[in-house]
Amino acid sequence: MHVSLTVNGQRAVTDVEPRTLLVHLLREELGLTGTHVGCDTSYCGACTVIVNGNTVKSCTMLAVQAQGAEVTTIEGLAGNGDLHPVQEGFWERHGLQCGFCTPGMIMSAVGLLSDNESPTENEIRHGLEGNLCRCTGYHNIVRAVEYAAAKMRGDEPPPPEWEEDSA
Amino acid sequence: MYPRSFEYVSPGSLDEATSILASTDGAKVLAGGMSLLPIMKLRLFSPDVLVDIGRIPGLSSIQDQGDHVGVGALVRHADTASDPLIAEHAAALATAASWTGDVQVRNQGTTCGSIAHADIAADQPAAALALGATMVAASANGTREIAASDFFVDTLTTALEPGEILTEIRLPKQGGGSAYEKLGRRGGHTDYAVAGASAWVDLADGAVCCGRVALTGVGPMPTLAEGVMESLIGTDGSDAAVAAASDRALEGVTVLEDLFGTVEYKSHLAKVMTRRALQQAIAAAM
Repeated sequence: MHVSLTVNGQRAVTDVEPRTLLVHLLREELGLTGTHVGCDTSYCGACTVIVNGNTVKSCTMLAVQAQGAEVTTIEGLAGNGDLHPVQEGFWERHGLQCGFCTPGMIMSAVGLLSDNESPTENEIRHGLEGNLCRCTGYHNIVRAVEYAAAKMRGDEPPPPEWEEDSA
Repeated sequence: MYPRSFEYVSPGSLDEATSILASTDGAKVLAGGMSLLPIMKLRLFSPDVLVDIGRIPGLSSIQDQGDHVGVGALVRHADTASDPLIAEHAAALATAASWTGDVQVRNQGTTCGSIAHADIAADQPAAALALGATMVAASANGTREIAASDFFVDTLTTALEPGEILTEIRLPKQGGGSAYEKLGRRGGHTDYAVAGASAWVDLADGAVCCGRVALTGVGPMPTLAEGVMESLIGTDGSDAAVAAASDRALEGVTVLEDLFGTVEYKSHLAKVMTRRALQQAIAAAM
């Protein structure tokens, strides 16, 4: 079937089988392999992308359902070589270990911060419930989102905990 | 994993959708897909035809319809959870929607879809039962209304016929207060309910005059707990009266053991959740 959609600001037109999942269209048809597939059960959230402004699991959406949609993937966040504040937060606060869940975590964090510019730690943890980290590295992920939230508000990010510990 | 191959149709109107369903064997309705697509990916279920109702206009709104609030077939969990009309007239459903799945699921899945799928541990079916909702089903033969108490028939089985689409849930504007409480499989309120209870209660002259309690997660389907209200009606709704009534939560209810709890544990939880939901509903009704 014919599918036409906008991915990271660029129009994409392709033919897919009806059973093609959005994540497979992104990875295999468009070569955007930043979006990961971490499970077969729709639990892990590694495939999270933003469709028409909302985070969704691209492994649980048919490509044909995205007909006409505006899709943003992890590849669409950085502009002109500058990291998105959430990407910068993951870098600065060591928000990843193996990195497999990272694209989905970052997309979910972007979605969270678009709805709530000053989330509490509790709100961050609940906001990321749909994303699993197999390294269990949640602690620094929360710190990375706090860093990003501060940057996006124009505030000074809280200092890293390792500096607090040595002070 | 890819689902098995199927034919996909995206009708532009409800009439077109019902006529496809009436004339096609093995067709299944797709809305948000948060229940359907995972079981298709695991190949537990492989329909021949998917009828995607996602582009049909007029099904995406929550509307004030006089004596009730209508929730259309394409209203997402996130919308149900944050809508002021639902908060005012059906707070239990708002809470249940806010605890359904995770953020991504709530952005994509629909309230009507969760109710039509009727998972034994889903949140919103219990709220629909407690609130005395009415389901509106459309088919090529027209539309009919089904009371929530007649809707949930068995595990993953509802009163919907193969050619019918659940187009709307109607929530009566009935006053009183309602609430939903659960313990989720991942702790707190996260994931499906190990056990959950929803309550709607109204008071008159300082006494409980009417109400309903429904359980989820404990048995083969979401179920009304009739004994609880029998005990509570006519009382002052005090904590003691609520505790006594909650002890009758499992009268006539089959409790099933699963990976998440023994019969004993689920029975205990059902009573605790019933008590908490009742206390909140009564406080909201005062």
